[in-house]
Amino acid sequence: MKIDPIHQFNIEPLFTIGHIGSQTIAFTNSSLYMLVAVAIISLLMLASGTQLVPGRLQSVAEISYEFVASTIRSTAGSEGMKFFPLIFSLFMFICVSNLVGIIPYTFTISSHLIVTAALALLVFFTVLIYGVAKNGLKFFSIFVPHGVPGYILPLVMFIEILSFFLRPVSHSVRLFANMLAGHIALKVFAGFVAMLGFSLGALGWFGGVLPLALTVALYALEILVAFLQAYVFAILTCIYLNDAIHPGH
Amino acid sequence: MAESHGGAKSPAAGAHTEAEGGHGGGFPPFESSTYASQLVWLAIFFVALYVIVSKLALPKVGGAIEARQNKIEGDLAEAQTLKDQSDAALKAYEGELASARSRAQAIGNESRDKANAQAEAERKALEEQLAAKLAEAEKTIASTRATAMSNVRGIAADAAGTIVQQLTGLVPDAASVNAAVDASLKG
Repeated sequence: MKIDPIHQFNIEPLFTIGHIGSQTIAFTNSSLYMLVAVAIISLLMLASGTQLVPGRLQSVAEISYEFVASTIRSTAGSEGMKFFPLIFSLFMFICVSNLVGIIPYTFTISSHLIVTAALALLVFFTVLIYGVAKNGLKFFSIFVPHGVPGYILPLVMFIEILSFFLRPVSHSVRLFANMLAGHIALKVFAGFVAMLGFSLGALGWFGGVLPLALTVALYALEILVAFLQAYVFAILTCIYLNDAIHPGH
Repeated sequence: MAESHGGAKSPAAGAHTEAEGGHGGGFPPFESSTYASQLVWLAIFFVALYVIVSKLALPKVGGAIEARQNKIEGDLAEAQTLKDQSDAALKAYEGELASARSRAQAIGNESRDKANAQAEAERKALEEQLAAKLAEAEKTIASTRATAMSNVRGIAADAAGTIVQQLTGLVPDAASVNAAVDASLKG
């Protein structure tokens, strides 16, 4: 049996809805899972009731709310709560789509760089536009750290500016690479089990125990990573927004 | 898995080429032909999610959390008021009890004093009465005694006159007999 760990990332058009220039716009499996993520989040947040003593679903909704709210407050201060809907949407979208993507035979939206790059650029331009609109030219003081001796200031400024413009790259590649690598590793180890079983017969059945155990362990790790990468994406968004809100720091 | 039972290589290879055939054999995340579709749908769904989250989901969940917070705070405040009330009631009760106690003591003292005074008055009246009776009795005794004594003198004078008559045969004159009796009674 041949292992094809890349196959799971294929974009399969389900139906075509039109063309923009030479590009075909199709409703793909990726679009379907975006819809699934949006539907799950909406269902969780809207169908969960508003009782005084929350049930399970309502507890999950409220814990997500409080979790994101406290993340914003602790990293960007209470002024960051302006961006609560944005950060909540980002966190929940990435978290839910990652967790859905962990289920075998599903598709992981964030395993495509174009998606994570779009989200990272959304954050980047939000920071840039809000920062300039709110602070004017003072926003660019984030490139001039305090207490740096004059003779190395140009170098430090160069590094700061470079790192600022590389933010969307690291922001998007971190999520993309984590999801991609995790899914490939899972597929490879799971493929070993089947390969050993089919090629070596009875011996392979025993031999498959080790990769199976690894697959189970890796699967647990991937569930953690799915949540953690969404959290990292959200907290980095908060930290970047904090620059726009408080450029003096 | 079922297909792999039949022949290990060919069906899997077929599936692979089929998969490659759909997308020109590249690495799916770097296939630029899929970018436009992904970006369009990402924009549509993310904007939809943002609208749902900001207009419906967060106000609803936040409202529920806030309502709970308010309810808890209200309940705590109410509990505090009730506690204050019960504290005040306890204090009032204790004050009332103390004043009632002192009033009871005052009433007790008063009635005891009254009873004492009354008993004293009665005792005095009784004593006076007794003293009057005693004085009267003494008076009676004294008069009785005086009468008795005067009777004794008369009897003695009669007896002396009779004795003198018997002895001498003379009737003594009354004045001398009385003088003699008096003298002997005095002596």
